[in-house]
Amino acid sequence: MSKVEAILKQLADVAANPKKAMDDYKAETGKGAIGIMPLYAPEELVHATGYLPMGIWGGQKQIAKARTYLPPFACSIMQQIMELQCEGAYDDLAAVLISVPCDTLKCLSQKWKGTSPTIVFTHPQNRPLEAANKFLVEEYKLIKTKLEKVVGATITNSAIEDSIKVYNENRAVMREFVKVAADYPQVIDPIARHAVFKSRMFMEKSKHTALVRELIDEIKASPVQPWDGKKVILTGIMAEPNELLDIFKEFGVAIVADDLAQESRQIRTDVIDGEEGPLYRLAKQWQQFYGCSVATDTKKIRGKMLMDMVAQTEADAVIVCMMKFCDPEEWDYPVYYRQFEEKGIKSLMIEVDQEATAFEQVRTRVQSFVENM
Amino acid sequence: MSITTEGMKAKELLAYYQAKADQDARDAKARGDLVCWSASVAPPEFCVTMGIAMIYPETHAAGIGAKKGALDMLEVADRKGYSIDCCSYGRVNMGYMELLKEQAMTGKTPEVLANSPAAKVPLPDLVITCNNICNTLLKWYENLAVELDIPCIVIDVPFNHTMPIPEYAKAYIADQFRNAISQLEVICGRPFDYKKFQEVKDQTQRSVYQWNRIAKMSSYKPSPLNCFDLFNYMALIVACRSLDYAEITFKKFADELEANLEAGIYAFKGAEKTRVTWEGIAVWPYLGHTFKSLKSLGSIMTGSAYPGLWDLHYDAHDDSLHSMAEAYTRIYINTCLENKVNVLLNIVNGGKCDGIVYHLNRSCKLMSFLNVETAEIIKEKTGLPYVSFDGDQTDPRNFAPAQFDTRVQALAEMMEANLAAAE
Repeated sequence: MSKVEAILKQLADVAANPKKAMDDYKAETGKGAIGIMPLYAPEELVHATGYLPMGIWGGQKQIAKARTYLPPFACSIMQQIMELQCEGAYDDLAAVLISVPCDTLKCLSQKWKGTSPTIVFTHPQNRPLEAANKFLVEEYKLIKTKLEKVVGATITNSAIEDSIKVYNENRAVMREFVKVAADYPQVIDPIARHAVFKSRMFMEKSKHTALVRELIDEIKASPVQPWDGKKVILTGIMAEPNELLDIFKEFGVAIVADDLAQESRQIRTDVIDGEEGPLYRLAKQWQQFYGCSVATDTKKIRGKMLMDMVAQTEADAVIVCMMKFCDPEEWDYPVYYRQFEEKGIKSLMIEVDQEATAFEQVRTRVQSFVENM
Repeated sequence: MSITTEGMKAKELLAYYQAKADQDARDAKARGDLVCWSASVAPPEFCVTMGIAMIYPETHAAGIGAKKGALDMLEVADRKGYSIDCCSYGRVNMGYMELLKEQAMTGKTPEVLANSPAAKVPLPDLVITCNNICNTLLKWYENLAVELDIPCIVIDVPFNHTMPIPEYAKAYIADQFRNAISQLEVICGRPFDYKKFQEVKDQTQRSVYQWNRIAKMSSYKPSPLNCFDLFNYMALIVACRSLDYAEITFKKFADELEANLEAGIYAFKGAEKTRVTWEGIAVWPYLGHTFKSLKSLGSIMTGSAYPGLWDLHYDAHDDSLHSMAEAYTRIYINTCLENKVNVLLNIVNGGKCDGIVYHLNRSCKLMSFLNVETAEIIKEKTGLPYVSFDGDQTDPRNFAPAQFDTRVQALAEMMEANLAAAE
């Protein structure tokens, strides 16, 4: 096994078994883990406690118990999370941090079925205003106070500054990884690419950074090879399960960039340096964030952003990974679809349902899309 | 319109002022004045102060639904790529907007628009939105602003995960009010008139006062008011609360109800057998069916939290605007489950209800995804029976009359059994 293969396997193992990653962390550090619900949270505050921030992004369960609490038209990822809550899958978490940037999450924040305490906070949506930053600082102060209670220790500004540095470094290395994955699709296939992203949700970030750094350096030691397959950009909440990504692999489709909430949206903006306190700068990151369906934007630059990404990466098309029953994403679609049509950008919408077990329909659609490209 | 309103009954006033509000907007457009499309619980005080004519897409869409015209608009939205999962008010409105846009660009009225029962309203020059009743209103208005290339004023009222509402949330909202004023000064090209603003706030409070007078009438047993009427009168508390149109109409209706109460005239002519709370938005395309189905069982609606969304009372003389900010953010569906339940409990108790009907609304995730928990807590606290039905506010394809009938029949049986046992 080459070094590249070994690192990819290590990251894929973490992505596939978050419970083990958490247990290993506990054994190593003697500290617990705190759940981070989608889509965005100031993870740095959790990291500063020494606890492990654990991403909560659903699974591949057959929905049964969740049916009691959610009607079928709730989005696929929240159905999964509700099912896992009912099964007690998250009960080892010391707390769960929940943001509420969509109507479904507002409701979910009020009906956690597990035993862990929840910490709920609201992102402001009138983001251009300074008043929004001030509001969010107050929300972050609440989170900090509640986290301190959970872990039984004070979170110092110095610890938060250290965590901000760790996170900025991880975001930077992941942005570099995205470029490397685009240049070396023969080495980083869609499933491996996803595993590198997903593993960062279950690992202490400086360790993840070190592994990805090593991975990048190893890959870049070899020359770039020409790619005769197609190149695409993914947009949406997430592109799971692996069976879906396997279809891209099968038809020689490389993912040269993404705009997925689970992946590149998490690393899009850094926490800026400056004289202001860390909570203010963390709040400012939300103001500077862009291109996501749950971060209000009256100019709706997402379409332009995606078209710029297509130009920069010379992608052949945009694949819309539409989370089933996610209305914020569904509201964005008609606008950027029209913009794509006007500019001649090819796109294909596929449905993402974490519960899915049959992929023949998607396979056929991707196949014919690739053939017609 | 030069008709005199003197001597009109409340119902006539309602129809008159509803039509007049649309006419005002058409006249404004014809004069070259500004028209604003607004979310239903966004503050109209700023635009009305600036003399901008207001149109409310949710009310407009509900009207289209009630007149059986929703499907045509939904099909237009569908062609534009809107998923059936998006709110049907929003889809009807995007369909209508696209048709108006086509008309403006080609000079020809699309056939589907010409044949629509929709009230004729003009395209907006700006939009204002507020997410106190859902975040969908942020997405919908982003799309309106971009597709029409017009300014969008956002009033973001953060979800109150903890009650009471913190001062810093009110300060954030009040800052946005001041920012909206600045935006309007630029859009209108003239300074904001603070004297007029005071009058508009005072007017809004008088409208809200009269609205609340009506709502209180369902506490009497037997009730002179069937709350289904509130679904109709709601059009004016949404669209005209900052004008005297709403105050005049609601005062007349409240006076009529009080007179009826005194004369012993009740909504069901005293034949009410059971009293229910309706939790959720009306099913507009089947408003008549749902009303008749309950009436045939002798079930009168004496509780509904939906019209209470417009109980926007505040201190109109609070220059910090924090009181006004609080009024716009304390909407019960913008608060934690505990507060939401308490508000609904007051509705159930205030209306002396015997049971509750929950609308599991395919179009409204925020008003559906906590129904199970809400229902269980209220059942535990009151012992009252409840049922749930599947529906949709304006997409007629998502409602089955037979299911509704069966559910409310079951509820009536449970309520009657409880009442018999209590006697």
